[in-house]
Amino acid sequence: MMVESQAAPSDLLTVSDLHKRYGAVVALRAGNLTVAPGEIHALLGANGAGKSTMVKMLTGVIRPDGGTIMVHGAAVRLRSPRAAQKAGLAAVFQDPALAPDLTVLENLRLTGTSVTAVRQWLAAMEIGNIDLRALVSDLPLPTLRMLDLARALAREPQLLLLDEITAALPADLAERVFVVMRRWRELGRSVLFISHRLAEVRAICDRATVLRDGVRVGVLDLAEGSEERIVELMLGAVPQTVPPPSGHVPAIRRDGQESRPAVLEVRDLSLGHELRGVSFTLGRGEVLGVAALEGQGQEALFDALSGRRAGVGEVIMRGRKLRLRQPYDAIRAGMVLVPADRVLALLPQRSVRENISIPRYNRVSGWGVIRQGRERSWIAEAVARLQIDTRAMSQVRRLSGGNQQKVTIARWVARGFDVLLCFDPTRGIDVGTKRQIYALLRELADQGASILLFTSELPEIQLACDRVLVLYEGRIVGELPASEADEATLLHAAHGLTHQEEAAG
Amino acid sequence: MNGHAGHFPRAAQLRRNGWVVGTFVVLALMLLYERVIHSTAFGAYDMQSLVDPSVSLALAAMAQAAVVLAGGIDLSIGSQMSLANVIAANWMVNAGIGDALAISAALLLGGALAGAATGLVITHSRVPDIIVTLATGAIWGGLALQIMPTPGGGVPQDFANLLTGDVRGSGFPVGFVVLALALLLVWFPLRFSRPGLAIYALGSNRTAAYLSGVNVGRTRVIAYAVGGMFAVLGGLTLTAQTLNGAASSGATFTLQSVAAIVIGGVALTGGRGGMVGPIAAAFILTLLGTLLGYLNVDPSWGLVIQGVVMVGAVMVGGLLLRRRK
Repeated sequence: MMVESQAAPSDLLTVSDLHKRYGAVVALRAGNLTVAPGEIHALLGANGAGKSTMVKMLTGVIRPDGGTIMVHGAAVRLRSPRAAQKAGLAAVFQDPALAPDLTVLENLRLTGTSVTAVRQWLAAMEIGNIDLRALVSDLPLPTLRMLDLARALAREPQLLLLDEITAALPADLAERVFVVMRRWRELGRSVLFISHRLAEVRAICDRATVLRDGVRVGVLDLAEGSEERIVELMLGAVPQTVPPPSGHVPAIRRDGQESRPAVLEVRDLSLGHELRGVSFTLGRGEVLGVAALEGQGQEALFDALSGRRAGVGEVIMRGRKLRLRQPYDAIRAGMVLVPADRVLALLPQRSVRENISIPRYNRVSGWGVIRQGRERSWIAEAVARLQIDTRAMSQVRRLSGGNQQKVTIARWVARGFDVLLCFDPTRGIDVGTKRQIYALLRELADQGASILLFTSELPEIQLACDRVLVLYEGRIVGELPASEADEATLLHAAHGLTHQEEAAG
Repeated sequence: MNGHAGHFPRAAQLRRNGWVVGTFVVLALMLLYERVIHSTAFGAYDMQSLVDPSVSLALAAMAQAAVVLAGGIDLSIGSQMSLANVIAANWMVNAGIGDALAISAALLLGGALAGAATGLVITHSRVPDIIVTLATGAIWGGLALQIMPTPGGGVPQDFANLLTGDVRGSGFPVGFVVLALALLLVWFPLRFSRPGLAIYALGSNRTAAYLSGVNVGRTRVIAYAVGGMFAVLGGLTLTAQTLNGAASSGATFTLQSVAAIVIGGVALTGGRGGMVGPIAAAFILTLLGTLLGYLNVDPSWGLVIQGVVMVGAVMVGGLLLRRRK
């Protein structure tokens, strides 16, 4: 299964011994990667394995400390994204690289991209009717991602790098991405595919390179059942328990515990056209899941509850009606948010300590003096409890995504809360850290916390939640106990198909 | 579920230009009001007394706009104008029109180079624009004082006639021609070329611009170079009006240029706006001063009112933007 790579001229991309360190933290120790012409190659690894560092170097965003990148056997230096494009490597990044104040056409002209070619690729993705004269800032995120992909393809690169392109893409659009990836392969071109969704990787990719701790630990041909082997390689040790299929977190839910005392009651909550009269209750010690496809009002629901945007309707906590005009109102009431995007929650240049203690600064001392001794012990406790990587305590931005998310949760654990609003907390996070986060959420619930959890990965709902609400077009169209919420059922409900099913029997 | 919605480019265009249209409406209303106070026919003289001072401010605003659209800000514009003013007045005093034009051309080139240097320093030092241009402003201002410690010098009348008054007695203000040339020869060719799009892209979202292959450093250099050229041109029109040089002549233009672009619909965060709005806003600000004069308002209050108008424009802009979302 292991393949030793020598730079063969037949290889499209050969990366050898690429390395990069930030101060004491080694981001990539020895990055090795070989991509053949006409293959879809997956680059996999847990968070902090060096995957995103490698991608950043291949796209010219950061410069390596050493090592070589060869395209068709010739060494290239990628000093900027522009240089990477010239070398035949085009990327679609997690955030669309389109200037929001320009129209789509202007963006294409800016990069000298052929409009005809872009139109052809958009047509291939069955979204050829997009108005290219529209301002980018007026278009929804999934559309921008597809546009970014069409633009990258239109540049006819040797290698297309797709960094988590399917994250937060609705299933139908993701499927169309796969269609063009396959078409690209038929043209003899290659794709480097980065994704956390292993089922997806297995279905579409030919081979995979797995990184762990900044080193390549394996290259494998993908086939039925490769997921387990991948998880093994990513985790480094064979897991004690047999991993569930497709490497997901173990089930930690509890079913059938009826009549929990209600902590949060939401009545007829609306926000613009996004959320239209949502009502539910959240019990003490309950993990309530929210399942929805992209853009069905889940952002509005979490924004309204966390005080980011003002909704209309009643939010009652422990019998008291809340006025939520700003996040502080929600936090004061004990309802706190863990957003998908860590950047929204953290101060990237400040230390882990400060990031954890910020919400406490209202409480630490009545006289405005921060008693650092006491603060330190709270923080140490939270860090230990969440198993946060302590190698880069001085600046949160140096932590991996998973560890950053732990810091976000740790701050609320240190402060104390009643309701935890988790909006896709595991987006872009590796399997291992995911397990830790779900286990932590369950532990918190067992201690009496109430958790509202939206996740974009439907299979995880059943593993992490007690009960699920399904949102569709801003309304709750279904409510299921976790035992019935398998992926197929949720997918049906999330497409707004529940009622027909019920009617059918 | 396709994730795309129908869009109306016309509506988007209107929304983009609505603010500029509003600026012109305000300007028209102010002109009307000025007529009511003055209650005389609007003659060529009135036109010139409005246009000539407005043109220098309009050029300062265009200089500021070029930089702000690219996501920067230039606090040295006033000093650049002062320096251009004293150099012109000092070396043109006994010159013929030919030499005066040669000096002007050299100054315009120098302005572009000085701007480019500023852009390079910002790019390579990674020091914020506001700090670097505060420092370069001190440098240009200090040089201006070195050259001309006390006001003096002069320019040939032929040169002054070239930049002020009307076109050969036709009553059509030369100032409009100057602005039109600046737009047609410099800004529009840039605006619709790739470097111009890059300026907008950079101010719109620097990361997205960088990732899509825009040369960030070069774009910034171009924006500051164009700004420097416009600022020098503004200094030259100022010299043609005042017919002398003074190291403090440009002092008020930095703040006013920022006020003009804000009123003219340029987003201070970059990426949104154009040149026409700021030009109209320069006329509004000049007319505002004139009106306050007619109403016997103490000039020191003029500054206060200008500040209030500026903050008001930023606030209204912000409110409109929020409403849209």
